[in-house]
Amino acid sequence: METALQIASAIKAGEASAVEVTQKHLALAKENEDLGVFLNLMEEDALATAKRIDETPDSDKQNLGPLAGVPVALKDNLCTEAVETTCASKILSGWRPPYDASVVKKLKQSDAVIIGKTNLDEFAMGSSTENSAFFPTRNPRNPEYVPGGSSGGSAAAVAAGFSPIALGSDTGGSIRQPAALCGVVGMKPTYGRVSRYGLIAFASSLDQIGPFTTDVSDAALMLQVIGGHDENDSTSIPDATPDYLESLKDQDISNLKVGVVRELSQGVSPDVSARLKEAADVLAAAGCGVEEVSVPATKYGLSAYYLIAPAEASSNLSRYDGVRYGLRETADNAEEMNIATRTKGFGDEVKRRIMLGTFALSSGYYDDYYVKAQRVRTLTINDFATAYEKFDVLLSPTSPFTAFKFGEKTADPLAMYLCDACTIPSSLAGHPAISVPFGVGDNDMPVGIQVLAPALGEMNIFRISSVLEREAPI
Amino acid sequence: MPEKDLPHNHSKHESSKDDDFEVVIGLEVHAELATKTKLFSDSANHFGDEPNTNIDPVCLGLPGSLPVLNKRAVELSIRVGIALGSTISPCTFARKNYFYPDMPKNFQTSQYDQPLNVGGSLTLASGKKIGITRAHLEEDTGKITHIGGGGRIHDAKYCLIDYNRAGVPLLEIVSEPEISSGEEAREYVKELRAILVAVEASDGKMEEGSLRVDTNISVRKKGEVELGVRTEIKNVNSLRSLLRAVEFETKRHISAIQAGEELRQETRHFNEDTGETHPLRSKEDDMDYRYFPEPDLVPLDPDEKWVEEIREQMPALPTEKRVRLKEASGADDSVIALLVSRGVDDLVDATIQAGADAAQTIKLAEQNLSDGAGKLEADAFLKVVNMLQAGELSATQVKAVLTEVIENGVDPKQVAESMGFEAMDEGELEGLVEQVISQNPDEWERYKGGDQKLVGFFVGQMMKLTQGKADGKVVTAMLSKKAAN
Repeated sequence: METALQIASAIKAGEASAVEVTQKHLALAKENEDLGVFLNLMEEDALATAKRIDETPDSDKQNLGPLAGVPVALKDNLCTEAVETTCASKILSGWRPPYDASVVKKLKQSDAVIIGKTNLDEFAMGSSTENSAFFPTRNPRNPEYVPGGSSGGSAAAVAAGFSPIALGSDTGGSIRQPAALCGVVGMKPTYGRVSRYGLIAFASSLDQIGPFTTDVSDAALMLQVIGGHDENDSTSIPDATPDYLESLKDQDISNLKVGVVRELSQGVSPDVSARLKEAADVLAAAGCGVEEVSVPATKYGLSAYYLIAPAEASSNLSRYDGVRYGLRETADNAEEMNIATRTKGFGDEVKRRIMLGTFALSSGYYDDYYVKAQRVRTLTINDFATAYEKFDVLLSPTSPFTAFKFGEKTADPLAMYLCDACTIPSSLAGHPAISVPFGVGDNDMPVGIQVLAPALGEMNIFRISSVLEREAPI
Repeated sequence: MPEKDLPHNHSKHESSKDDDFEVVIGLEVHAELATKTKLFSDSANHFGDEPNTNIDPVCLGLPGSLPVLNKRAVELSIRVGIALGSTISPCTFARKNYFYPDMPKNFQTSQYDQPLNVGGSLTLASGKKIGITRAHLEEDTGKITHIGGGGRIHDAKYCLIDYNRAGVPLLEIVSEPEISSGEEAREYVKELRAILVAVEASDGKMEEGSLRVDTNISVRKKGEVELGVRTEIKNVNSLRSLLRAVEFETKRHISAIQAGEELRQETRHFNEDTGETHPLRSKEDDMDYRYFPEPDLVPLDPDEKWVEEIREQMPALPTEKRVRLKEASGADDSVIALLVSRGVDDLVDATIQAGADAAQTIKLAEQNLSDGAGKLEADAFLKVVNMLQAGELSATQVKAVLTEVIENGVDPKQVAESMGFEAMDEGELEGLVEQVISQNPDEWERYKGGDQKLVGFFVGQMMKLTQGKADGKVVTAMLSKKAAN
């Protein structure tokens, strides 16, 4: 499988045709339609873009963007101008945004070829992509298993080789967890590193866009492309994006101190535990100081997250009322129309979270739930800060277990929520984290190791994870 | 529900007289800020445009859109804060959640527990100070028109929504409950409007909805410390309505108390036609707005240096402007206050400074600049005043010329010329007067006999004959001179 860097470099050198590359990837995607990866395969648009790239005079090809001719898949909660964007929800079915998300603009400016919109759990709420209103996505490694979620379609697109890179969004683990379950690299950048403009909001204070790739170098490349300040997003960080690829050239990580987070390593399945131990050993062998560290507040992450995220979601999803766009059910008056539309348009998990969030914000409960959850968030940031006084990066499993089978956890929402126990704490803190594939579990499904760092610590994440990638068991 | 609202419908066995009560009023004034663009996006903030033309993904609340705070809106709000002596404070935005079709996101982004302007006061002409609680920024909603039914949402056949207004910046200025009469409420809004206009924060036009007033009102026996049951009156669209609404509601409260009826804490709607208020919703129906901090915006902490800069560049406030214009013109206080509230005082002042007759300038401004000065500038205004003084234009012609200059900023001399307004020779005029007299001998006899009402008839005939070129005053003088002969 070719990486994005390899494809772009061949196209810029005039050694490969963007149309041929695109056709090859599209053909693979169509052959494997039963994986349920794409909600919308954008064949025509993709080939038109590729053709335009090929028409660049050879002398000019070196001036093409860093993703010249590279097929990219987009999670279907990223707005694409005039192209249907659904969030895998009936309520947005048929909606064509009048604008591109900022990251989509950046991809286009980088001469990437957008090949399609991928499946997800409705409104990014879920950990298995079983909550899509349309169809589930299957894990390319073994179609009997879920791909994780909510960005299951994007993770599967990269794992199946439909595109070397894909974009997803991560609110409590929605990039990292499916990356782990599908055996690809998935990165959640620092909150504010990548503009959220055009990402359909689930929980605004947690949502962050990030890449799926087949290797760490491509992840670094992608973050360079999509990162940076955006005046359309007030929470966007003003700092310039560093040259992550350049930093990867220095392979010596012996100056870095690595802490293995005790709370996030407990209660995980033994096969995952074993891989974590091996990963720690790899880093120790590379000269890092590796120690166990306690980050106490991470224990409460899950509870706090399931108050804050639904609270914000209950407000963010209020706009889907049938008045201006998307689904509209007819009824006798405006209020009944709102109710009928939302009743029909939202799936069970979305409704569950809207109710949870509405309750958490209600008068009389706000202080006990929302405010208290925000205190846990502060506590999490403080506990991480203490750990980062001593360590440059932290290590944990990405998911407590490897991929599971369809229907295994759908009956019990709490069991499903536990999928994100290891990924949520860094989301609450707004910190960057990556999932790197590291061997397989007892069911022969991939294991992901999570590397965490303080805000804007992506550089060290890339350096550590490229060593893990190199030394990973086959 | 049965209405027991009529103020005269109280018990004969009242134990207390109306004079024993006092009314306590607090006002919430929503001022649309005069920014070029909306509070969180770059669509035009402009009244009266074709519906749904000043819109964009952000103010429509399209999925994926995000707000970015308009710096100018903050600056104008700070100006108001400075004018009211508020403390300009670090602040945040919050979401006020409720469903209504004119709200694109079904939440309003507003300031809640941490407003921009905290405290302050406003001094009325009487010298009384009314405390200001806070003045905070929020976004306006769209405008909804209910078609069919009673014009209300519940029985309407369908409704039309114009989102041009959605996202327009509002400053909500909340007073302390320290206003003690309808007249005082009117004075307060008048003065607040003058301040908003003077600092160029708002055009203050109540008729266009740029200024909207919610009135909180309660009545208690004089000497009591605790406030009575409070009602809130909405849909008060003019200063006159404010006065009428307060007076009606005060009487309603007093009557209820005297009759021993229980008043309900509720929101009421003022009906312009009947001058009455009617229940809109009671406190029990109050929605739980589920306020929480707006995660899409960062806290706003106005830089001290920036606030100082704004303070140094503050335009003059109404009090100062009134003194200045008084000195320049010597006109009556009420006319001066009027011109200041219209925001034309600087122009009038400059015109007088440029050499125009003060009394004439004031009078022209009072009669012709009720909607602001538009494109009229001091040098042009000076020309108009001088042309009037010199008898080159009649009073009717002046109106026409000014209207044209206000609208298009053209040279008044050229306007007068193109409209065919030229000075009429007195001899020519006298000839025409005689012609009119000879054509209407009966009327002339009656006029001579002392029927003064016929002056209007003759002036009218002259205007017709000269197509408005004749100066009414000159004609009147000629008529009385001839009648006396």
